[in-house]
Parts: sequence; structure tokens; C-alpha cells
Amino acid sequence: MNDVILNMPSLLSGFSAVVRRDILLAWKRPGDMLNPLFFFAMVSTLFPLAVGPTAEQLAFSGPGVVWVAALLAALLSLNSLFMSDFEDGSMDQLLLSPQPLPMLTLAKAVAHWLIAGLPLVLVSPLVAITFQMPARTIGVMMVTLSFGTISLSLLGSIGAALTVGLNRGTALLSLLILPLAMPVLIFGARTVSMAAADDAVSAGVYFLAAYCMLMLTLAPFATAAALRISNE
Amino acid sequence: MTELLFGHDLCLFRGDRCLFRSLELVVNTGELLVIDGPNGSGKTSLLRGLAGLLEFENGNVRWSGDAIDGNYQAFRADLVWLSHRVGCKADLNLVENLHFESGLRATDERRLPAVLDRMGLNRLTDLPLRSLSAGQQRRVALARMLLAEARLWMMDEPFTNLDRAGQALVEELIAEHLEKGGSCIVATHQAIEIQGRTRRVTLQ
Repeated sequence: MNDVILNMPSLLSGFSAVVRRDILLAWKRPGDMLNPLFFFAMVSTLFPLAVGPTAEQLAFSGPGVVWVAALLAALLSLNSLFMSDFEDGSMDQLLLSPQPLPMLTLAKAVAHWLIAGLPLVLVSPLVAITFQMPARTIGVMMVTLSFGTISLSLLGSIGAALTVGLNRGTALLSLLILPLAMPVLIFGARTVSMAAADDAVSAGVYFLAAYCMLMLTLAPFATAAALRISNE
Repeated sequence: MTELLFGHDLCLFRGDRCLFRSLELVVNTGELLVIDGPNGSGKTSLLRGLAGLLEFENGNVRWSGDAIDGNYQAFRADLVWLSHRVGCKADLNLVENLHFESGLRATDERRLPAVLDRMGLNRLTDLPLRSLSAGQQRRVALARMLLAEARLWMMDEPFTNLDRAGQALVEELIAEHLEKGGSCIVATHQAIEIQGRTRRVTLQ
């Protein structure tokens, strides 16, 4: 029994190994990381040009456009979350490692957020300037986008795990994820609109934070179960 | 000599086809189990079932005397898996790949230079795996297996892509592992010659 315990590395080492490896992989292939970011920046900067330059129109459409662009950009990057692991056989190694699988799927989702979600949150103020958003609204937008992108990375990991064994699962992934992502979109965009109208925003922020916590506790287990099924 | 892995009354279907039923197998410490049979006879599926990647239709598996179902974490800490795919990242070099592995399971990284030397890989440490040949990538997978220090090795077609020296090296590694009291399950359709106690399961 003693040597069994010796063979067990700590939980944190497996978690950080996966996060570090995925970030290193993204670093070596920057195109995969930059694509969704460019998509987000392009869609949301093209809108003011098309809709019209008056401050009223921009204030009206801005929050919605930023949120829709963020949601689609997140979806764009989710498809490949487990794809390469599945193709090169690393998935078998993850499934057969002595680490608990939910811990490893949580690490995959965290790495995905750091690679795809966090840059999006950081770029969003630049986009907000083209919509002439005031500073307070930008702050609220960044907070809601942070909670929203974390939720989407976690929620998306469930969908990505379910569709990883299928050829061209992109459409199916969107169908699975979008209904569950609707609350995030509605509350996120609405909260930013309310901030722009100088209304109280705490209710919306609390809702997004609660949704984020729900995903944080449930998604790793659902993703782990889905991966075991997909990999049979 | 103690029983390490024991399978009783195993049955597996793929689609409507029954690959095997009422299959019994046992691996003791210091023993090699060879699973052979023609292509498509279910060698890989049996191996994946024993590892817990597939669920058997029927039957039960014991690990060190206990039912494996509640015991997977202890089992996996003592198992390394070598499939026909490399299981490493093509964009990372072999040190980065092996370093990742040591985060997942306790490995002694001080042994790394010796292992790389043994596998003939020590001049390839800076190259991403995609620029290595298929046989060299195979050797990386073997190096990972050696570093893991697990009691049970499960190998699916370990000789694929290896040159003659490489195939002899695999047989040598298995023989050494058995001598140290480890066990090994190999699924292969090729002949395998190893000094030591060998059992055989043939699938039709």
C-alpha cells in the first residue's frame, strides 16, 4: 500500500501540468489563439460603421454587439478544445492517469479561458471605445465579460467533450451549447445596457457570478463523464 | 508470485458482433501475457477493456485481489499505457512532453538522461516531435513508459514502426521489467520472444 501512495502525485501538479502544457501549445501555434480574438475585434468594430455614427445609436447597440461577438468568438475556439488530444492519443493518457479526471477537465477549461477568454476581456475596452462607452460602463462590461467567458469555457467543455468523437461536430456543438448560454448572453448584454443608462447593475452581475459558480462546480464532472463516453 | 490482474467471464460486443465471451485471464507479478489473434479479432478492445477505457458487457476484473471498480485510482497509478498512437504532443519537444507526464504521475526525473540514452534519443531533445520519424516517436512513447515506474505495462502493438534494433530493445525492456517483478500485457500479431514466464490468450 505504501508504494501506491508514493506513486500518487499531488492534485495540484496534474492540474498545473495540463494548464502549462496547453498554454505552451497555444504559444507555439499563436494563430489558433489569435483567430477568435481577431473575429471578436473585427465584428464589433465593423458594427459602428454599418449602424451609424450617432452616439445614441451606438449606446443602444453597443452592449448587444459586444456580447454577441464575444459569444461567437468563444464558440469558434471551443471546437478544438479536446480535438488534438483525441487525435494524437493524449486523451487515453489523460483518462488513464492516476489524477481524477474532473480535475484535468477543469484544468483544460481554465487553460482555454486563459488562452481564449482572458485576451477577449482585455481587448474589449478598445472595442468599447469605438462605441463611445463611458468608463463606468466599460468597467461593468469587463466584469460581466469575465464571468461570462469563464462560464462559456466551462459550459463549452461539456459540449466539446460530447462531440469530440464525431466528424464535424461544430454545428452540433453550437446547438448543444447555445440554449444553455442564452442566460449568459441575456444577462450580460442587459447588465451593460443598464450600466449605460445609469441603473443599478448588481443584480445582473450577481446572476452571472452565480451561473459561473454553478458551471465551475458541475461542468468538470459532466465533461469527465462525456469524455469517457466519447472515448469508448 | 501474487496475482496482479484477473479477469473472469469477460464478454465484449462491438456493435452486434461478439468479440469474445466467457474469457478468463490472469497475470501474476513477473509474468507476461500475450494477447494474439488476427486483425480485427478484438486484441485492442480487450486491452482497452482491461485498462478501463471500455466497459465489458459482462464479467469482472480484479486488481491485486480487489474488484477494480472502486479501485481505479490505485490501479491507474500502477499502470502505463502504450497504444499504437504516440500519445504525445507533436508541437512540443520530447523534454516538454516527458515533463508534462511527470506532472500527471510521480516520476523520477533524475533518470531522464539515462532513459533517453537507453532509447537513443539524447541528440533529439530540442526538436518538436513532428520532425522526428515514426520510429523515433515510438521511442519517445517507450521513454515515457520507462520513466513512469509502474508495475503493469499495457502495450498495444509495441513493435509498430520500430527497426530491428528497436524491436530487440522492446523485448529486452520487457524482460528486464519482468525480472524486477513487474508484469506486462502485450497485444500483438507478431512473434515475441522473451525469457520469462509467458501466458497467452488467443482471440479468434
